[in-house]
Amino acid sequence: MSAQKLSIAQAVRDAMRDEMRLDPTVLVLGEDVGVDGGVFRATEGLIEEFGAERVIDTPLAESGIIGLSVGLAATGFRPVAEMQFMGFVYPAINQIFSHAARMRNRTRGRLSTPMVIRMPYGGGIHPPEHHSESYEALFLHTPGLKVLVPSNPYDAKGLLISAIRSGDTVAFMEPKRIYRAFREEVPDGAYTVPMGKAAIAREGSDCSLLAWGAMTRVCLDAAEALSAEGVSAEVVDLRSLNPLDRETIFESVSKTGRAVIVHEAPRTAGFGAELAADISEHLLLELLAPVRRVCGWDTVFPLSKLEKHYLPNRGRILSAVRSTMEF
Amino acid sequence: MPKSIVYEARTERLEILDLEGKVDLELMPEVDQELALKLYRHMIRMRAYDSKALRLQRQGRMGTWPPSLGQEAVQAAVGMAMDEKDWLIPSFREPGTMIAHGVPAHLIYAHWAGDERGACYPENIRCFPPAVPVGSQWQHGAGVGLSLKLRKERAAAVVFGGDGSTSEGDFHEGLNAAGVFKANTVFVIQNNQWAISVPLSHQTAAETLAQKAHAYGVPGIQVDGNDVFAMTLVAREALERARSGGGPTLIEAVTYRLGDHTTADDASRYRDEAEVSYWEKRDPIRRLRLYLESEGLWDEAQEEDFVAEVNRWVDEQVEAFESMAPADPASIFDDMYSELPSRLVEQRELLLEEVSR
Repeated sequence: MSAQKLSIAQAVRDAMRDEMRLDPTVLVLGEDVGVDGGVFRATEGLIEEFGAERVIDTPLAESGIIGLSVGLAATGFRPVAEMQFMGFVYPAINQIFSHAARMRNRTRGRLSTPMVIRMPYGGGIHPPEHHSESYEALFLHTPGLKVLVPSNPYDAKGLLISAIRSGDTVAFMEPKRIYRAFREEVPDGAYTVPMGKAAIAREGSDCSLLAWGAMTRVCLDAAEALSAEGVSAEVVDLRSLNPLDRETIFESVSKTGRAVIVHEAPRTAGFGAELAADISEHLLLELLAPVRRVCGWDTVFPLSKLEKHYLPNRGRILSAVRSTMEF
Repeated sequence: MPKSIVYEARTERLEILDLEGKVDLELMPEVDQELALKLYRHMIRMRAYDSKALRLQRQGRMGTWPPSLGQEAVQAAVGMAMDEKDWLIPSFREPGTMIAHGVPAHLIYAHWAGDERGACYPENIRCFPPAVPVGSQWQHGAGVGLSLKLRKERAAAVVFGGDGSTSEGDFHEGLNAAGVFKANTVFVIQNNQWAISVPLSHQTAAETLAQKAHAYGVPGIQVDGNDVFAMTLVAREALERARSGGGPTLIEAVTYRLGDHTTADDASRYRDEAEVSYWEKRDPIRRLRLYLESEGLWDEAQEEDFVAEVNRWVDEQVEAFESMAPADPASIFDDMYSELPSRLVEQRELLLEEVSR
C-alpha cells in the first residue's frame, strides 16, 4: 500500500474522506465544515467531493449539531459531527449525555446513535479564551461514550475510521497543538487502529509514563532527557481512554514498578486519578513508589501569556520521575 | 433611505367543532364520519388507559405517571393522521399518539412502571422513546426530518413538546435548523397552559406560541387542540407538506391539562378551580360526542358497550405488563456499548455474584 507524509489534521481529513467513499451513510456536519473546509482545514475538500448533502454546514448551535446527529444516527446515518473547539461543547452536553450516550441502553437495543463527535482539544496554541480545554474526564464519567485521543497521524486516521465504524457514540479528541507540528507516513486508503489498545511509544524498564494526545510527545521528549540521566522511561500512549487497555498499562507498570501519569486537564478528579486508583488496586505490591500525577493546575485555563505555566512540561515530568525513582 | 417595513406576519387559528358539537361547514364541508368514530373510540380508550395508570400508581403498581386527561384530541388526531412510515419523536405526554402509531400500550405502562424494556418497541414501529429532559427532543425531530429528506423518503418526523419546552434553547435551535434544511418535520406543541406550576404567561410574552415559527421562516398555526377535527385538518396538511419536501410546520395545539403534571404533583396548589371548570366545558371528548349524537352516529347504548370493551382492553394491557418476566439485573449492562468494555464485564460479574448470594 502506498503512503504519504501527512499531518494529524490531514490524516483526520483523509479518514473521513476514505470512509465517506466506502459508506454512503457517513455524513460530516458542523460549523464551517463545508466551503471553508473547517477552521483547522480538517474537512478540506470534502464538500467538493461529496456535496452539501453529505458535508453539512449547520447553523451555529452546538446543541443543534449533536441534536441533529442524534436524529440522523438513530435513523440510519453515521454522522461525524465537529465541535469547533472542545471548549465550546458545553451547550451540547445535554444532547450528548442525556441522549446519545444512553439511547441504546434505554431502548434495550432498539435504537442506537453511532456517531463521532470530533473535538480539537488542549492548550498550546495561544488562542482566545475557551479554546484550550481538555474535558476527557467529563466524557469518561458518562457511561455509554467511547473516548479516543490520537497522538500521531497514523493513529489519528486509523482510530477515526474505527470510531466511524463503531456502533457507539465516540468522543474523538484531536490534539490541535500538534495538528500540523509534524508529518508522518500514513497509508493511503482506509485502515483501522483498534479501539481499546494502547501503544508502547517508547520502551523502557524503570518508570512508566502514561499519557495521551499531545502529552505523549512531551513524555517522549522527557524520556529522552531521562535516558541521559540513566533512567529508562517507558512511554505508554493510551490513545483509547474508553475502552481502556488496562492489560498493557498493568503490564508496563508491573514491569517498571513505577508510574507517572501525565495529562493537561486539571488534576482533581481527572482521568489520572482513576488510573492511579486502578493501578493501586491491582498492583500495590508490585509498586516501588507511589503513583504520581503531572497535570494541569486546578485553575481556569489561562490566556496565552501564562499558558506555558499551566501546561505540563518536560521539567515537571522530569522532577516527578526523579522523585519516583528516589522514593 | 426611508424607513420601511421589512417583515409583517399574521398567525391563524383554526377551530371547526364548537362547544355544542356543531361543525363549521365552510371549514369542513364533509366530515369523514368513519374517521370521526375512530377518533372518538381512540379518545375514550386513551382516557380509560390514562385513568387506569393513575389508579395503578396509587396502588403502588405504577411509577410516576404524567396524565393526559383533557389532551386526548391532540394526541389522537396527530396519531391517526400519521402513516406507518412517519417517525414519532414524543416528549412524555403523548401515549395517545404513540399507541395510535402502533406502540404496544402495555409497553408504555411498563416503561413508566420502571422497566427499560418498555422503550424497546417492535422493530417496525418508528418511534423514539419518551424524552424526559424537556425540549431536547425538538432537535431530534429536526434531525430525523433531515434524515428522511436526505434519503428522499416520503415520510415525516413528528416531534412533540409542551408549552414549557418552548422556552428551552433546543426548541429554537431545532426549529431554526429544520427551517434552514427544509426538514420533513412537523413540530407539535401541546400547549396545555401549565409547565408544572408555571403558567404560559411566565414562559413567554408573545401572544401565541405559533407565531414563533415566523422568526425561523417556518409556517406556524394555532389550533384549538380540543377540537379533533381542526387538529386532524392541520396535522394532515403539515404532514403532507413535510412528506412532499415542502419543509417543516409548527403547530400550536391549545389545550388544557385537566389533571396534575404528574402523580407527584398537586395542581390545586397553584391554579384555580374556576379555570379548571372553564376548561372542563371544553372537554374534547364531550364536544365530539355531541357531534356524533347529533348525526345519529352514537348513542348511550353504544357508549356502554364500548366502555365495557375498553375496560377489558385496559385490563389486558395491565395483565400484559405485570406478567412480564422480571428483568435480569445484569441487563442494566446490556446495550451500554456495541461490545462491552472489560471494565464493564468485571462490574457485571460483580453484580451477578451479589445477586446470586
